[in-house]
Amino acid sequence: MIRVVLPTHLQRLAYIEGEVKLEIEGQVTQRSILDALETRFPMLRGTIRDQVTQQRRPLVRFFACGEDFSHEPPAAPLPDAVATGSEAFLVVGAIAGG
Amino acid sequence: MSTVRALVGTRKGAFVLTSDGKRKRWNVSGPHFTGWEVYHIKGSPVDPDRLYASQSNSWFGQIIQRSDDGGKSWHQPGTPPGEPTTTPDGMPKGESNKFVYDTSPETGRPLTTHQWIDGTPRPWEFKRVWHLEPSLTDPDTVYAGVEDAALFRSVDGGRTWQELAGLRDCSGSQWMPGAGGMCLHTILLDPSSPGRIFVAISAAGVFRTDNTGKTWRPINRGLHSDHIPDQTAEVGHCVHRIAMHPSRPGVLFMQKHWDVMRSNDAGESWQEVSGNLPTDFGFPIEVHAHEPNTIYVVPIKSDTEHYPPDGKLRVYRSRTGGNEWEALTKGLPQRNCYVNVLRDASAVDSLDPCGVYFGTTGGQVYVSADAGDSWTPIVRDLPAVLSVEVQTLP
Repeated sequence: MIRVVLPTHLQRLAYIEGEVKLEIEGQVTQRSILDALETRFPMLRGTIRDQVTQQRRPLVRFFACGEDFSHEPPAAPLPDAVATGSEAFLVVGAIAGG
Repeated sequence: MSTVRALVGTRKGAFVLTSDGKRKRWNVSGPHFTGWEVYHIKGSPVDPDRLYASQSNSWFGQIIQRSDDGGKSWHQPGTPPGEPTTTPDGMPKGESNKFVYDTSPETGRPLTTHQWIDGTPRPWEFKRVWHLEPSLTDPDTVYAGVEDAALFRSVDGGRTWQELAGLRDCSGSQWMPGAGGMCLHTILLDPSSPGRIFVAISAAGVFRTDNTGKTWRPINRGLHSDHIPDQTAEVGHCVHRIAMHPSRPGVLFMQKHWDVMRSNDAGESWQEVSGNLPTDFGFPIEVHAHEPNTIYVVPIKSDTEHYPPDGKLRVYRSRTGGNEWEALTKGLPQRNCYVNVLRDASAVDSLDPCGVYFGTTGGQVYVSADAGDSWTPIVRDLPAVLSVEVQTLP
């Protein structure tokens, strides 16, 4: 069971409260998490990554286990702690403001 | 008695303001899509309860929302509430937010480049929908003006969008963003000629098609812009807004970056009608619902000072189609007012007397129930207002 935490804006958009729990078969990667997330909540397509290029939107970041995975390859395996659900995969809106 | 419904887009959500025909007491609903920028909301002329809304932000991109009950409830048209979120073969829906420039060999154009502000070429990149214009005859057909400038159309109620790529073919390589971005912000559908559409693009100009978007040409003859190298160029003029009266679609009015202009020949040529305005810089321009020669502008001091001259918020009305203007001040702040009125933030209703509306960057939405003679605020403290549209309902 993968745990995903979305920013408030996207929780509202997808009518989600709290964490999202996803079942993923095979390797757990950014791509497999986002594929599963968008399959379950298609209204999120295009909000985290571009619908065509699949590139992460510039002001969105990915964190897990205290590390920044934003610039890692989308197909790279994520830590076991994410795959087992002991740590959540965090989708974070980059801070802008002051 | 008729009622009116004002659809207000702001920096932090949408609001729906409703009143009876007296337009004195208002009910305020919202915020909808709270925390998101709502650039525009507009209803279908043939099904007024069918509303389309453009919801976006810089973080998470573009969302298209639709209401089929006059704004009481909303859904993304690619994913109606209660329906399965995937197709029978398991493919996700949610296509309604997908705006992809058409590069197909059959209908599209190569995704070449436009000019960046330093004159270097830059590929087209979709950013957001600025304006939604529902069809005059079909509630499922709606046009979207987007940044980077292009025109899209949906014929399935906003579920999917296709670019009318011929517009980019029409001098697009010369277009360059203005300060607000390279946006297609105005779409006028000609009620007398179904194939004719006018669009206006910031820092590019006005363009017209006579064949429902297959081919386009610039219609900017007569425009003069001091801030561009060729001051009478075919394209490159920063048009802020154009307007027409449906009974006289060959007559167009324009608020340009500087100058208020008029065309009597469907854009083939333009003449300046700024006349006695205190400044001819501004953003919106509106036409009275029943008097095709009565128009409204809100003069702003200059391109760097986006607020009314002398701190006095004044709407100017011309009953002569331009040149002769009168200041309308009753009920509007006449000191220490430094708000702006953005290009899509004014509207008229079709009651008699005609109602005129505008919203400000300070969060006020004003109404005049007597064609501009006097004004009252409907609301004073919304987030910055990006757009105002008004529906007159039976």
